[in-house]
Amino acid sequence: MGPMEQARDERRAGMWMAGLVLFILAASVISFVVAAHIWWLQPLASTQGAAMDAMFNAILIVTAIAFVAVHLFLAVSLARYGARGNERAAHWHEHLGAELTWTIVPAIGLIVLGIVGEVVWAKIYSPPPANAQRVEVTARQFQWYVRYPGQDGTFGRSDPKFISPGNPLGLDPADPANKAEIVTTNDLHLVVNRPVAVRIASVDVIHSFFIPNFRVKQDAVPGRAVEIWFTPDKTGAYQIACAQLCGVGHYTMRGNVTVESQAAFDDWLKKQQKP
Amino acid sequence: MSAVMVHEAEEAHGTRESFIRHYIFSLDHKTIGKQYFLATLFMGMVGGALAMLMRRHLGWPENGVLDPGQYLQAATMHGTIMIFFFLTTILTGAFGNYLIPLMIGARDMAFPFLNMMSFWTLVPGIITILASFFVPGGPAGNGWTSYSPLAAVPGAGADLGLGQTLWAVAVLFVLISSLFGGLNFLTTILNMRAPGLSMGRLPLTIWGMFITAILALLSFPVLMAAMGMLILDRTAGTSFFIPSNLLVGGRVLPHTGGDALLWQHLFWFFGHPEVYILILTPMGIVSDVISTFARKPIFGYKAMVLSLAAIGFLSFLVWGHHMFVSGMHPLLGAAFMASTMVIAIPSAIKTFNWCTTLWQARIHFTTAMLFAIGFVSLFVTGGLSGIFLAASPVDIYLHDTYFVIAHFHFVMASAALFSIFAGTYYWYPKMFGRMLNERVGRIHFLFTFLGIYATFFPMHFLGTMGNSRRLYSESFYPFLSKAPAIDVFISLSAFALGAAQLLFIFNFFWSLTRGPKAGANPWHANSLEWQAASPPPHGNWGPAEPVVYRWPYDYAVPGAAEDYIPQTVPAVVAHAGAGGGEA
Amino acid sequence: MPAQLVKGKPSRGHSGPGALRRGYGGDGAGAGPAASGGVRPAASSALIGVGAFLAAVTMLFVAFTTAYIGRQQEAGWTPLAIPAILWMNTAVLLASSGTLEWARARLVRGDAAGLRHGLAWTAGLGAAFVTGQIIAWRQMAAQGIYLAGSPHSSFFYLLTGAHALHVVGGLAALAVVLVKAYGNRYTPREHGGLNNCAVYWHFMDVLWLYLFVLLFWL
Repeated sequence: MGPMEQARDERRAGMWMAGLVLFILAASVISFVVAAHIWWLQPLASTQGAAMDAMFNAILIVTAIAFVAVHLFLAVSLARYGARGNERAAHWHEHLGAELTWTIVPAIGLIVLGIVGEVVWAKIYSPPPANAQRVEVTARQFQWYVRYPGQDGTFGRSDPKFISPGNPLGLDPADPANKAEIVTTNDLHLVVNRPVAVRIASVDVIHSFFIPNFRVKQDAVPGRAVEIWFTPDKTGAYQIACAQLCGVGHYTMRGNVTVESQAAFDDWLKKQQKP
Repeated sequence: MSAVMVHEAEEAHGTRESFIRHYIFSLDHKTIGKQYFLATLFMGMVGGALAMLMRRHLGWPENGVLDPGQYLQAATMHGTIMIFFFLTTILTGAFGNYLIPLMIGARDMAFPFLNMMSFWTLVPGIITILASFFVPGGPAGNGWTSYSPLAAVPGAGADLGLGQTLWAVAVLFVLISSLFGGLNFLTTILNMRAPGLSMGRLPLTIWGMFITAILALLSFPVLMAAMGMLILDRTAGTSFFIPSNLLVGGRVLPHTGGDALLWQHLFWFFGHPEVYILILTPMGIVSDVISTFARKPIFGYKAMVLSLAAIGFLSFLVWGHHMFVSGMHPLLGAAFMASTMVIAIPSAIKTFNWCTTLWQARIHFTTAMLFAIGFVSLFVTGGLSGIFLAASPVDIYLHDTYFVIAHFHFVMASAALFSIFAGTYYWYPKMFGRMLNERVGRIHFLFTFLGIYATFFPMHFLGTMGNSRRLYSESFYPFLSKAPAIDVFISLSAFALGAAQLLFIFNFFWSLTRGPKAGANPWHANSLEWQAASPPPHGNWGPAEPVVYRWPYDYAVPGAAEDYIPQTVPAVVAHAGAGGGEA
Repeated sequence: MPAQLVKGKPSRGHSGPGALRRGYGGDGAGAGPAASGGVRPAASSALIGVGAFLAAVTMLFVAFTTAYIGRQQEAGWTPLAIPAILWMNTAVLLASSGTLEWARARLVRGDAAGLRHGLAWTAGLGAAFVTGQIIAWRQMAAQGIYLAGSPHSSFFYLLTGAHALHVVGGLAALAVVLVKAYGNRYTPREHGGLNNCAVYWHFMDVLWLYLFVLLFWL
């Protein structure tokens, strides 16, 4: 029998196809529920991350509803409307009311989402508070240099023209302040509940400074330094991951983050001083 | 036109085209379309094989078959080949070339010679990209996006130098080939439609290809400019993308003053329209397939056309959403978030229209229809995940993680791929005069649909865990300690998915000679290509070109004798009570 | 075959509410070939093709321009002095557009010989332009100004090189037109191919003026 013969009864095929769609729907939903307990956002440990997580959850709810609704609709249509005999389909193919509704409702949803997003975005990129701890992170194939300021909280002079294989940060050798500074490799210490302004740069290619628990990510771009700020609010040990392909060692480019009390931080910093 | 006249002239004089002229350097759009089909299917298999290699590694990274550099090369070449040498070229070169003249009632493209040149410009591109596997240092390994300075400084990345340069040259060939094609499609669709075929009566497949051509003409040259500058940076010591004072390989490089972000702006100004190029034609194809097998007019034709146009226009305004954390000014990020939210609206409209077309339809579940319905599901999933990424504060976390990989594999590797399958099962009879085996097709669909969800859906969870892209191994990151279980599941699903494609390849080649012969219109469809023979002769239409009297969606017209009315049927014949003759 | 087309009722269903007029949906007007669609002459296809190609060329140079202007804002930008020969090259290219227009005007007047002479002059001047550009590059190389020398020199070679490549393409088109002119294939009314070639050639002219200003005055 040819594929378009009127004697075909496609309803069984329709039921099977509807079943397949329902199976996919069920599998997706179940896997999501399971994943939300095992493979989910890293535990939040920063204050501005709360707004980002709230947005994530809101989007999740809306998209989940849309995902379920569309697949249920598909399943019902496929089960109900298999061809049979010489019945004809309905002929209508426009409906201004429906079309306007499903244009305007998603538009409103997306506009609301956009406005909320703009507000959160503006907060993330607002200037850091005056009392922020300051740190410079410089990425390099395949490690993170972390530079802490001296006792007075300022950094010694640096300039790209001083960059050499032995001086990747381009520190000015003539500035005595540089001698008193701490530069660690892959070791970032932060003070809990204190904002920190991180100036991120790179000496070779583009890397990306990503601390999942803080919801922080910023590309480290050679030739330009970018400052971001955030406030870690839970003590503990976290990791810096590189989030931009930077060469064969990209997967090894892990840094360690320690969030501790101010006293513990001061202690640690003192211990790093060269004798 | 000239091809037909030449051929007729030759026949009249008793000469025949040589094998070379007829099959190798053919000017006939149908032959060129088939050449593209074979070439791109081959490249798709190469890209798929690379994916299998990647998944073999990612599932079991300790029992390695690839070292870190080779893994990055596999990933880079997988992406490059799939996007440039498979998806872009099969949609435009194979489907576009084959279908456009047939669906608009023309005898050939506006510029048949240029059409032939398009294909033969692609071939050196294919040779170059395949050759890059065999040069010292191997192929490019800096991602298909090849960000600078990693890709601009020889030795900074995963290859020794020649591979990345050949990569840029190969892509340049593809861009030029596609540019010629886009030019041809635009002119043909504007200028060579059959009498009575106004733009408002074009099938949505053609509308998709039309807008795609415009996007290609305006976006590909920007990447060509960037590739040219990249090649100069790599080979001539210029500093377009290379900043000052870089410390690479233990020495300070002499370059001065280039801008690493410039590459990203240029690349994504091309890159974003490019991904819409990869979805607009599929949207058109799926609209036509769904309408034909639902035996019902596509719902909301005007909205469909306007949405295609809106998506095309907006696609030039959203490129910065790939660069939210790139270091560009946050105000730009705010602007791009707004435009990206807007571009979601026309896509939503189209989804509702496809769904509504199914309501109160009378559906025939041919394999083409199964893939078209699968497209809707996959596009919805991929589109919804895109909303997370469009919200820039959320994108801060998800950028460059497997969440992005999941998103684009759902919309590109899955949805666009499904439209290619749907189109193949649909138009194979027209192209080759045979039917593909439906039973094998249904099995192919089942395992592909399940396999694609099983492979790519879990990637969302790797993303929510914060798993970065392009990682050779997760072993350095304790926070990813739970990832390997998902990796194994994905890899096994991917192997099953890959194996299922063998069914398609078998079906495709077996049916060429063993499939049941196809009539002109096996699907009882309305658009013009079904009025030509299967396969159509040289010149497509015999002595007289078709004349069009209606749009292609006259299915289930009340009172009509059949449940379909081809575009060539004049109006009065359709009305049973008007006393007109039978069509 | 039914002789009359029935308007209204039978086809109403396909139009739907709010349908646009003129050819949308299966409206029974079944408008004849002249009203919509129908194959148009090949010359207009060629013009659309040339126009589309020029749109693409424009985007190429828009991309180069954004790169150029972006770089110009950064430190370390030392603009080159205008090589003197570029003035002459500019004049030569402008003259070639002039001779091309003169050739077209001659053809419209029925002066086939004038057409041929004008085209030959155009091609010659075009080749002279390209030669002049090559001389300019060699002069600069002799002064030690190379592609990688400075940002401005990089862009200078890149932009003038890309432009010259497109002019060479234009010369190829001119060659085809010349051959056709010598074969008397153009008439005062039918010379679409010549017109399309002229569009492309003048565009190369305007593009050169733009690049000249961009490189040395902006």
